[in-house]
Amino acid sequence: MTSDASGAQPDLRPDVLHPDVLHLDRITKRFGPLLANDAISLTLKQGEVIALLGENGAGKTTLMNILFGHYTADAGSVTAFGKPLPPGNPRAALAAGIGMVHQHFTLADNLTVTENILLGTRSLWSPGLNLGAAADRIAALSRDFGLAVNPAARVGALSVGERQRVEILKALYRDARILILDEPTAVLTPQETEALFQTLRRAVALGLSIVFISHKLHEVMGVADRCLVLRHGKLVGEVATANTDRHALAAMMVGAEIAPPALSPATPGPALIRFANVSTPDQGAVPGLKRITLDLRAGQITGLAGVSGNGQGALSDLLSGLAVPSSGEISLGSTPVTNWSPRAAIHAGIARIPEDRHKTGTIADFSLTENAILERYGEAPYSRKGWMNWRAARDFTTHVIATHDIRCPGPEARIRLLSGGNMQKLILGRVLEPGPKIILANQPVRGLDIGAITYVQKRLIAARDAGAAILLISEDLDEIIEMSDLIHVLSAGRLSPAFARGEKTPAELGLWMAGQGFDMETSRAA
Amino acid sequence: MTDVIDILLSATFWAAVIRIASPLIFATMGELICERAGVLNLGIEGIMVIGAFTGWITVYAGMPLWFGVGAAMGAGMLFGLLHATLTVPFGLSQHVVGLGVTLLATSTSYFAYRLILPEVTSPPKITPFAEWAIPGLSDIPGLGPALFTQTPLTYAAFVVAGVTAIILYRTPLGLALRAVGENPSAAASQGLSVTALRMGAVIVGSGLMAVGGAFLTLSAFSSFFFEMVNGRGWICIALVVFGAWKPGKAVLGALLFAAFDALQVRLQQTPIGAVLPYQLFLAMPFLLSILALILMSRRAEVPAALMQPFNKGER
Repeated sequence: MTSDASGAQPDLRPDVLHPDVLHLDRITKRFGPLLANDAISLTLKQGEVIALLGENGAGKTTLMNILFGHYTADAGSVTAFGKPLPPGNPRAALAAGIGMVHQHFTLADNLTVTENILLGTRSLWSPGLNLGAAADRIAALSRDFGLAVNPAARVGALSVGERQRVEILKALYRDARILILDEPTAVLTPQETEALFQTLRRAVALGLSIVFISHKLHEVMGVADRCLVLRHGKLVGEVATANTDRHALAAMMVGAEIAPPALSPATPGPALIRFANVSTPDQGAVPGLKRITLDLRAGQITGLAGVSGNGQGALSDLLSGLAVPSSGEISLGSTPVTNWSPRAAIHAGIARIPEDRHKTGTIADFSLTENAILERYGEAPYSRKGWMNWRAARDFTTHVIATHDIRCPGPEARIRLLSGGNMQKLILGRVLEPGPKIILANQPVRGLDIGAITYVQKRLIAARDAGAAILLISEDLDEIIEMSDLIHVLSAGRLSPAFARGEKTPAELGLWMAGQGFDMETSRAA
Repeated sequence: MTDVIDILLSATFWAAVIRIASPLIFATMGELICERAGVLNLGIEGIMVIGAFTGWITVYAGMPLWFGVGAAMGAGMLFGLLHATLTVPFGLSQHVVGLGVTLLATSTSYFAYRLILPEVTSPPKITPFAEWAIPGLSDIPGLGPALFTQTPLTYAAFVVAGVTAIILYRTPLGLALRAVGENPSAAASQGLSVTALRMGAVIVGSGLMAVGGAFLTLSAFSSFFFEMVNGRGWICIALVVFGAWKPGKAVLGALLFAAFDALQVRLQQTPIGAVLPYQLFLAMPFLLSILALILMSRRAEVPAALMQPFNKGER
């Protein structure tokens, strides 16, 4: 990550020309009892990239939302280019040259790229849109910053990487001099991430300044000049990237050293479930599975890498019993289970950790107890002869709370009160306690902080060592590489050949994720 | 069959189609503007009633016809303001508020009617808009006289549809409206006020609905009577879906529905009409509309944020 994309451009970054462009002075913000930002001050110099690091809930996004005027700070002030910024006014932030690329894109799918970029740039009462001139300017900006995108395309039809480029163009179109990127690489392939970094280097070479919010430390090390670490709403550290390393930053974020889970070599057993030539229909723009063949073996974690929307949902639904294939066969041991149901999948001992713990994993207004027995409420001991046995349900929940160290007011509390990590621990306890043979872990650590991530990963590895076959689906390539014994890539519904971990570099995997490098028809390596 | 062909070839049939479609076009454009901004306005039926009543009573009181149209629009906008206040800043259920506005506007109209005219048995008549032949166009042989000899409000309906399309697709205001109906955070992050845009859309849209109602009393019939709107508002909600939230297609939908309506009235007078019960004919436009809706709306793209309240700064 040391190559300079701009080539002949003079390097303005360290210690050359760097007036302060942005200054946050003792920003404080409370949400009810939660102190989200506690007197945070920071300074950004021209042509500098600073990284804002921290766990979930450390206050990074809150701070940037205050800067951008989405929230109003309870105390403190913001100065941009020497002028104070009025609080709570996105328009003023935009006018001052601050552009924000949100983690969840703020684009309207029914509008074209040009229309999305133009949105809000003209007075509402001006008579025309003059799309032609705008498209020309967008084309020029895409060229200058290396942001390839078709201005006439509808945003709804774009890929995630393209949408992010639109977001950046939106800021550049408004002459942003300061770019704030909130978790910009969370959903990108390694190639897209590298392209984004090239763009950022060009922007810096052209005199822009960048705040980069992330928790992916190796990326931060590659792109930032300076790192600021937030923890529990406080600024706990500020270091030049050159003077630190990933482990020191991780320790600063968490407040303690955390050992990453170690994956010992697997001793794979027999295939517990097999997918043979399985296909599913396309769902609109999302491709279905295309004749995939996959064995999940006992005592082995099979990692499925790929950008979301390439068939992961279909495969996960098949394994959960939520969908049946249009062709091909699924067999459990020697029993065909091609047309099974969710209930049959649960009975067969499939532990399901769903992708979205809020939507499909739990019922927000149900208690922990009700959520804990959600999959087995109709069975003994939780019910007998059609009557619920709440005592047994509560005992089970209390047991899960104790064994998994779930921080909660008690088994009767509504689950919506729990943090993401504790909610995930309950789901983990719900599915792991019966000792499952097959585990579907779909994005099991997404959105969790390092402590919870480590916990979930350790439990999955323990389940593997106890003989479970695990399918791990994730968009995070690092997670797949760290956690899988065997790795496949899913791209446009096609499954790549398997390879052992360490056999391919992330860059090679990235190419596969983009659908290149393996033969699409036969799923054999080219 | 020959009866149907005879009807379709008569100029009076096409004149009737344009006339029947006019109020639907006004109200459909009103609903379309609301929905494009993300607000389902089920107050439409009642707002059409209050428009019909206000327009008529204003003219009955001695004011000029155009003054009646303006008064109807004002009344519609007032109910629109009520709807918008409850659904946009307060974020209440758009279904409940919409039905409430319909009930309130309808009963307010009937109550005011009885208050003002306590004794009458048959409602007094006014002199409605006269037909106005467009010089030149109305002389075109064939359909010229039918299409271009209409009341001014009919022409206005088509102008409103055209202006709606131009604003939606060719101006920054239209862009902002489409954005708040699709992804309000996108608009808010660009410094636009979602609340102001949505409230404005609901108020203006309700004004147009009321003009659609006023068409009935000031152009089509010459007096106000109970149940005269007769479900036209609900039809307009279906027309917006039929038109896939696009003004041009929605106008076509209104014309299609009007054609079915004009056809059934005429079919009742043919030999078939002597055999079949007339209720079947009355139901025909609705049945055909449901059929057309099923065929047309399957691939329609609903504004993604329709019926979703937007709260600034929500975590």
